[in-house]
Amino acid sequence: MHIGTVLNVFMRDFRKQKKRITLTLVALAWGTVSIMLLLGFGEGLHQQLSINRQGMGGEIGILWPGRTTKVFKGMGKGRRTHLYMSDPAYLKSRIPLIKNIGGEFHRWGAKVQYKDKIMSEHITGITPNFEEMRNHIPQMGGRMINAADIAQKRRVFFLGFELKERLFGDQDPIGEMVSINEMPFTVIGVMAEKMQMNSYSGDDANLGAIPNTTFEVIFGDPYLDNIVYQPHDPNDMKEIEKQIFEAMGAKYKFDPTDDNALGIWDTVAGMREFNNILLGIKVFLGIIGALTLLISGVGVANIMYVSIKERTREIGIKMAVGARRSYVLAQFLLEAMFITFGGGFFGMSVSYILIEGFKRVPIESDVLDFMGRPTISLEIGLVVISILGIMGLLAGFFPALKAASVKPAESLRYE
Amino acid sequence: MQEIIRLKQVKKAYQTGEMHFEALKGINLVVNKGDYLAVVGPSGSGKSTLMNILGCLDLATSGEYRLDGELVNTLSSNQLADIRNKRIGFVFQAFNLLPYATAAENVEVPLLFAHVNSKERRKRVTELLARVGLADKMNNKPTEMSGGEMQRVAIARSLANEPEIILADEPTGNLDSKSGAAIVSMFDELHKAGKTILIITHDMSIAEHTERLVTMKDGLIESNGDLSGRRVG
Ligand SMILES: Nc1ncnc2c1ncn2[C@@H]1O[C@H](COP(=O)(O)OP(=O)(O)O)[C@@H](O)[C@H]1O
Ligand SMILES: [Mg+2]
Repeated sequence: MHIGTVLNVFMRDFRKQKKRITLTLVALAWGTVSIMLLLGFGEGLHQQLSINRQGMGGEIGILWPGRTTKVFKGMGKGRRTHLYMSDPAYLKSRIPLIKNIGGEFHRWGAKVQYKDKIMSEHITGITPNFEEMRNHIPQMGGRMINAADIAQKRRVFFLGFELKERLFGDQDPIGEMVSINEMPFTVIGVMAEKMQMNSYSGDDANLGAIPNTTFEVIFGDPYLDNIVYQPHDPNDMKEIEKQIFEAMGAKYKFDPTDDNALGIWDTVAGMREFNNILLGIKVFLGIIGALTLLISGVGVANIMYVSIKERTREIGIKMAVGARRSYVLAQFLLEAMFITFGGGFFGMSVSYILIEGFKRVPIESDVLDFMGRPTISLEIGLVVISILGIMGLLAGFFPALKAASVKPAESLRYE
Repeated sequence: MQEIIRLKQVKKAYQTGEMHFEALKGINLVVNKGDYLAVVGPSGSGKSTLMNILGCLDLATSGEYRLDGELVNTLSSNQLADIRNKRIGFVFQAFNLLPYATAAENVEVPLLFAHVNSKERRKRVTELLARVGLADKMNNKPTEMSGGEMQRVAIARSLANEPEIILADEPTGNLDSKSGAAIVSMFDELHKAGKTILIITHDMSIAEHTERLVTMKDGLIESNGDLSGRRVG
């Protein structure tokens, strides 16, 4: 086959049928825009929800005391278990898979006062690594509780942005004195705003945090309320859970297979489920988009078929003056491929412009904070291009075969 | 004289649904290089069917067709396409020009499929259209031309790759007598230039021009006469 000849014939005929080709091209572009926007919307939703989901902290586990339900070494069941201030360090030394770990105290209904404002608040005692584990990121100008605060049991106060609003309004709170249960504390930082979709002890926006060593001294709590830990590798969560039960069982004498002796919330497992649901949503949106694109593809095939019927005589003429079947086949295939890829490229460009434009529109909206904005990824591009390619071949191949099977004598018969 | 076409017991049957129809019932014909031959006969006698087989637009159901000694029956579809492209020029009653293309573009089509380069194509197209007296209508579309002009474009196209044989199926059937006469004199000239020409016609006045006359009836050749003596005498 002579590529030059195929291109020559294609180009010549192409110019003569601009209208038909343009229409088909636009139909295909429309299908492409649909699938791109739907997939892009799914991707945006996924990304935003993942960010929101990370509000409480990325891949972490939360450990609570429980009650034994199995007899162990002559001790009866129903014993309460406790978490002690020494336990985080103990667990970290026993379980190298743990990256960060810290003990947490809670006290609800503490009296918090700034000047003449008095409020009843939830106070927590935490450790510096909550910054990484629980996304307690300080706003500019302030800082999180640090190692020195813990070591020296300093009276420092790190608060959530909503609590800050309620206590200080627009005023800069850093360095201000606040009293908690009549004891003076210095404000050192305010947490950066974040979306948070889940929690185990209230929204971080209303956090009032002090070093857990300080908490232990001023409130006199004998036990931690919970321990938060973070693995080096999220895939190790199950193994860490098992090792925690072994380590704690050995220390506090309970059966390590007693599931109720300690409570654990593995957010990684939850994340996996959550990702599966999101994947389901994305697949669903993708299928709708693919169907739309498919309909455009059927349209292209249909128009090709109709055009070949109309062009049977033209095909017969070409064959009568020497066109081989392969040239007719190649010409129509090329036409279909051109339409699919032209339409696809056009549609992708339009989608890209729409999505980039949408990203730049400065709308403040709770809905957008929750749903995110459509995003195009390389993955989406590749998926759409493959669908287009397959469709172009199918929509072009069968009509082209039909075209190439035209019998010259019959198509030119004249009565 | 050198033989260029030989048909031996060529039959052609059409199958339409249940209907089986034998349009050619055993044709024997020899055509020599440079022959000028008319085929006449009533409508439905199989003239066009014969011409399509000769032009490699269709294949015989049985029998032998030899073109320059080569058996056509067994050739591949690509080989047949190449014969139609280079060795046989076909002129139809209905012109069969591409409706969206200009005269020049129509004449160019066989050159495209012969992979002639664009410079050479342009030169040949200009020459061919000048030869049929249409140098000034190069860029006219078929809708902007008269029947006689369209048929002249078709003749130019049939000559594009300088074939040895020209086949014409009622070339004047759609033309008034004056344009028809102009077309016939064009065939006369091609004959003088050495082409082998077969013309199907209803019109006995055309048959006057040719040197041989083949009469068909019911799928068979009824008479096959040499008329060249007539003119000499
Ligand atoms: N493709 C076809 N299918 C069925 N019958 C055909 C076909 N082509 C021609 N015929 C029949 O064959 C016979 C001869 O047709 P044709 O060769 O066109 O005759 P002519 O050109 O002499 O008028 C006619 O009866 C015609 O109806
Ligand atoms: Mg006929």
